[in-house]
Amino acid sequence: MAKKEYAFYPGCSSQLKASAANYLTSTQAMCKTLDIKLTTIPDWNCCGASISYTGASQLTRHVLNARNFALAEKHLPGQDVVATCAACWLNARESKEKLDVDRQFLADANEALKAAGLQYQGRANIKHMVEVLIEDFGYDQLAKPVVKPLGGIKFAGYVGCQTNRPFGIAGESFENPMYLDKLVETVGAEPLSKYDQKVTCCGGALAFSEPDKSQKQIRDIVESAYDHGADMIVTPCPLCQANVEVYQAEINRKQGTKFNMPVTYYSQLMTVAYGGSVKEAGLDGHLIQPTKLQALAQKT
Amino acid sequence: MSATIDRNATPVRPYQSDFLREVEREVEGGEWVKMCMQCGVCAGSCPFGPHWEHSPQKLFMMIRAGQRDEVLTSDSMWMCTSCYNCVVRCPRELPITTIMHGLATYSHRLGLAPKMQPTRDFSLRFVDNFTRGGRVNELKLTLGLYFKDGLLAGIRKGWEMRYVALGLLKAGRLNPFELFGGHRCKDVKGIEAMLAKAHEIEQRRAGAKH
Repeated sequence: MAKKEYAFYPGCSSQLKASAANYLTSTQAMCKTLDIKLTTIPDWNCCGASISYTGASQLTRHVLNARNFALAEKHLPGQDVVATCAACWLNARESKEKLDVDRQFLADANEALKAAGLQYQGRANIKHMVEVLIEDFGYDQLAKPVVKPLGGIKFAGYVGCQTNRPFGIAGESFENPMYLDKLVETVGAEPLSKYDQKVTCCGGALAFSEPDKSQKQIRDIVESAYDHGADMIVTPCPLCQANVEVYQAEINRKQGTKFNMPVTYYSQLMTVAYGGSVKEAGLDGHLIQPTKLQALAQKT
Repeated sequence: MSATIDRNATPVRPYQSDFLREVEREVEGGEWVKMCMQCGVCAGSCPFGPHWEHSPQKLFMMIRAGQRDEVLTSDSMWMCTSCYNCVVRCPRELPITTIMHGLATYSHRLGLAPKMQPTRDFSLRFVDNFTRGGRVNELKLTLGLYFKDGLLAGIRKGWEMRYVALGLLKAGRLNPFELFGGHRCKDVKGIEAMLAKAHEIEQRRAGAKH
């Protein structure tokens, strides 16, 4: 029997051949080593993300998340729901807080859910994968399976917004959360101690609608990583990863910079440290190659 | 609902003394506006600070001053990236992100939002995209955005972004076949029925309010 079991909510970007497909791959490899059994919530739907506010009403947004909770309660009773995407986690948690305190709102949500043959009972709990790692395991436990410490690689721990605000990880500060740096240390790598863009916004969904304004944010995030001597950036958020990696070429083209800073996930670091291959760590899924990490993964 | 539309049809008046009450009634999170103590921390915390005319602090005071037209036609609340930096710093713990989204949505509902506002457009596209199959179709979402200003503009934009697209394709993070289906929920019918019901409930509640 697996050590821990969770109802897994991967989210739209963590599907096969979607923009965070390599987050999914490396999460699965990392969880295999830690003996975590992830069972995907059958037929889960989009959380609505933050950007849906104009098109989707309040009840619509919360009902979407209630459906996922109801499916988890029905098919995977007693298991905590775990999300890897920052926005999925934030929106599910916002919905849960609303549904669990407002009886009228809950009744309305259940009336709508009934049309899909479902009911939310308020039992399912929601966690981010980082919370699972830190709270259900702890740094010492996470360090045990390390067979290939990532010695000598310097990481800029880019936490970003939505795994940090408004909820964040318990016990961490909003201005300077330390958990990502501690995870980097856990796998034997070196976190930047003075990375001043740690919790800066990458523009989020506005990278699509306001590209120039967002690329200014991304430029700051990458530039600071260079200034402090980072080999790579590491992040817990799939939208941060995509925005900060993908738009470097655009910034280079428009502004004449020569950015080529790899952007990785914590789950990739852990997979490599646990002895995983390039493929298992999803290191074949980058536009900017994290060469130092790839080389280490290939070393036998 | 009809009451708000009638209100919008009334002649333009620069100041409306009951605007705060209107915001409290119609805008998600609006009941918090009166709690703002005008410290300005939100204004200094916004990543898109250089790009708006009215900070949240300013908008809140304008609401209390009854500057209805200026607030509802402002571009500023559309600059919210949902980073929640203002929310965690606000000494009065106002859910500023929710209020900005709420103000933007209300101005859209009344038809007062700037017509070419790109984030308004993207929000509507995003919802339309994921409600069709229950999940986001990333390729259709991106292409829809590129081609929104016509075929030629779309081709130009696509050509500009060709290396990004090829890079994602090579990295296994973009699936050209998404154009012909892609990831979907099985129970799309159930989701449609659920969302229709949610809409019906909200209409009912809005009717009871007026």
